Amino acid sequence: MFKKIVSVLAFTACFAVNAAQEVNVYSYRQPFLVEPLFKTFTDKTGIKVNVVFAKKGMAERLKREGKHSPADILLTTDISRLIELQDNGLLQAVNSKNLEEAVPAQYRSADDTWFALTTRVRNIYSAKRLGKIDFNYEDLAKPEWKGRVCTRSGKHPYNVALVASMIAEHGEAGTLAWLEGVKSNLARKPQGNDRGQVQAINQKLCDVSLGNSYYFGNMLSDEKQKVWADSVYINFPNQSNRGAHVNISGMAMAKYAPNEDNAKALMEFLVSVPAQQLYAETNMEYPVRKGVNASKLVASWGEFTADKLPLEVIAKHRKTALKLLDKAKFDL
Amino acid sequence: MISGNRSKVWQIVSWATASILVLPIFIMLVSGFSATTELFSHLWDTVLPTYVLNTLYLAIVVGILSIFFGVISAALITQTNIKAKNILRWLLMLPLAMPAYLVAYLYTDLFDYAGPVQRNLREFFGWESPADYWFFDIRTLFGAGVVISLVLFPYIYMLARTAFEQQDQNLHRASRLLGLTTFQTFYKVCLPLARPAIAIAVSLVLMETLADFATVQYFAVNTLTTAVYDTWLGYGDLSTANALASLLTLMVFFVILFEQKARLKQRHQSNRPTRGNHIIVLSISQQFFASLFCWALAVFGFLLPMFLLVLMALEYATIEQLDVLISTGFNSIELAIYTATIATLIAIVLVLYKRLHQDKYKAVPLNVSGFGYAIPGTVLAMAMLATFGPLDGFINEMAVKLSIEEPGLILSGTIFAIVFALVVRFSAIANGTISGGVEQISQSIDLAPPSLGVKQLKSLFTVHIPLLKSSIFIAWLLVFVEAMKELPAVLLLRPFNFDTLSTQIYQLISDERLEQGAIGAILIVAFGLIPIIWLNKSEDKV
Repeated sequence: MFKKIVSVLAFTACFAVNAAQEVNVYSYRQPFLVEPLFKTFTDKTGIKVNVVFAKKGMAERLKREGKHSPADILLTTDISRLIELQDNGLLQAVNSKNLEEAVPAQYRSADDTWFALTTRVRNIYSAKRLGKIDFNYEDLAKPEWKGRVCTRSGKHPYNVALVASMIAEHGEAGTLAWLEGVKSNLARKPQGNDRGQVQAINQKLCDVSLGNSYYFGNMLSDEKQKVWADSVYINFPNQSNRGAHVNISGMAMAKYAPNEDNAKALMEFLVSVPAQQLYAETNMEYPVRKGVNASKLVASWGEFTADKLPLEVIAKHRKTALKLLDKAKFDL
Repeated sequence: MISGNRSKVWQIVSWATASILVLPIFIMLVSGFSATTELFSHLWDTVLPTYVLNTLYLAIVVGILSIFFGVISAALITQTNIKAKNILRWLLMLPLAMPAYLVAYLYTDLFDYAGPVQRNLREFFGWESPADYWFFDIRTLFGAGVVISLVLFPYIYMLARTAFEQQDQNLHRASRLLGLTTFQTFYKVCLPLARPAIAIAVSLVLMETLADFATVQYFAVNTLTTAVYDTWLGYGDLSTANALASLLTLMVFFVILFEQKARLKQRHQSNRPTRGNHIIVLSISQQFFASLFCWALAVFGFLLPMFLLVLMALEYATIEQLDVLISTGFNSIELAIYTATIATLIAIVLVLYKRLHQDKYKAVPLNVSGFGYAIPGTVLAMAMLATFGPLDGFINEMAVKLSIEEPGLILSGTIFAIVFALVVRFSAIANGTISGGVEQISQSIDLAPPSLGVKQLKSLFTVHIPLLKSSIFIAWLLVFVEAMKELPAVLLLRPFNFDTLSTQIYQLISDERLEQGAIGAILIVAFGLIPIIWLNKSEDKV
């Protein structure tokens, strides 16, 4: 038994030392999304991509591993995680003309430690039976929507980021009042995922819900879920004022990355035109690179104005957002 | 009794093993002391009281329901002439192979307002809105309690069944001769005799419930584990998270205390466990309700979820998926075998240490080594990193000093950390099961071999271990199945490109595409079934 463990350890250790052309990725993103991208990268460069996928505790793992960490690149699905990594000093700056040119300044950190790959909108879905309506996020707290709103847990990173953007706009007290208003309008306790809310609208349990943009595209391309998506409009909120809340998926290089050059190559590849097109087509997200178009389907939802609020501000208000959610007992 | 040098060695080994198992938890507790009072008082003022109450309520619901399910089914199978007994006997064990998070996902989907059951009811009856009819709300504490009980009751069923079967039938006969009815005999003789085994099983079920996160999350129920995750991942405050996790550990401490109290006064042992015995003959209506009860458990705990998975697999599965899943399946089995074997060996050493030694604190190693069971997997994984990360750093520094090539993260970055975490987490199961077995052995047997001049250690292998064979086997099996299913620790600690069935399925569930993972889920269950069937066969041979 012990021998076997030792031999496994020895094997893993050798493996780590010997393999030369590789790059190691810690990913919050699901493998099936990034794997086609990695495969193209490996075919092109011969650099092997190793991946660990996890959501909970990735930053902590990196922190505990310290300077012996094998991680080169981190992929996240939310701005807050990137800022958390940055705040903990777990990232290093990447100086690359390619990255700077590809990623607009709004979607990368000033110190070049993190870069967005795609953007996604926090939309409001509304039942088609209601007709077209122009929404503001603020409307969800209005009495006319009593018993008609559905959402997933308020503590989900996508909702927390939205609440943070509300704090930037309305301050703490205003946001708390908004949260309490939304809570009293809920048709049911926050539960399930973004698609589940659309399903609930389809079943007339509620009339409006919060949901990320790409889920709409994903539902439309799923045979069973198409019915749900067909029963709602996707609305871009706050178009007559500050614009719709936008979050990002992004990447960063680990401070102690053992394969810096390969990591840089992978990062540059991920913002290249073909990679950005893949992002747009496979997951219906908005590519961050100017000049690369969203997929036909996504483009058909129309142009929209995005909230110009810097992503750092959203991340800064995250803890306050969580506290307000606790205070409003939003999930209880 | 064991004495002399060997005894000393045994004592040292026992204490050392327990210390190693408890070290990561200790490190977690210590870190909890530096918790920020500010965040803690914020939580206390807002959501924490509800979380604590929810946790207690959930534990109570699961405790009562799983005892109800487990003890009654075990009694019906062992004491009555219930129909299709040979099928039910093993069918009732199968829910154990079902990961709770999977059943939770399937059932919330199925019974939800927008789910197929209610949708079809609405279409059929022409109902329009929730106001038109009543249907139970699955996403409640009670709903979560029912589902958790449905997959955990087999612990109680298995241990209670073994206890019922190994009881001395002469006691039954005596009680009948003294004029007690069959029911009275069961209530006054069989049940008290089985109480130690049932207490162990209940404590396992409760610990598993306290540590659960994934299942309650699908039910939109917030418990203490929710608070642990919120503080750590949301507020980024690991110390406060550890402090809250310590609260959970405290609850486990009470569970263990309760379990010990429950069997303190119980010392019924028999050298003559006889089989082939007095069976209660059920009337037709009794037969009907008994069958309904057992089959309902089998259907809702196993057959229905399995059926749903098979439906999904038929619709979505492809050959390529199967190909990937088989290799990940071997990873799962590898981890599960290491974990089960190590945990069982440790349990044998610690249990026999407690039984055969005289010193005052002989029970301590056994008890403390079970603490890990109530720690949520992710928190435990964190504790592993906190323990082995620095150790790895030290090893690498030594390597530099000795000018050897740096080995990298050989402890925290390999499957060593995963197996260690799983052993810490599931030791309680092996300990509990084997303890239960040991208590069935009469104390006079401890004294017999020495009095016959047989060497003490040898007597262990010739007497105790053979008598414990079936308990050891059940312990190994239970840990194996649990290790197959475990998700959060494996997810966080695994090395690059290392997937198990559970991580694979999780990835699909997290993208709301369980359909494509259905075949993987079936494989987890199937791998879990192999040892259960094997166990069932070997038991029949005994």
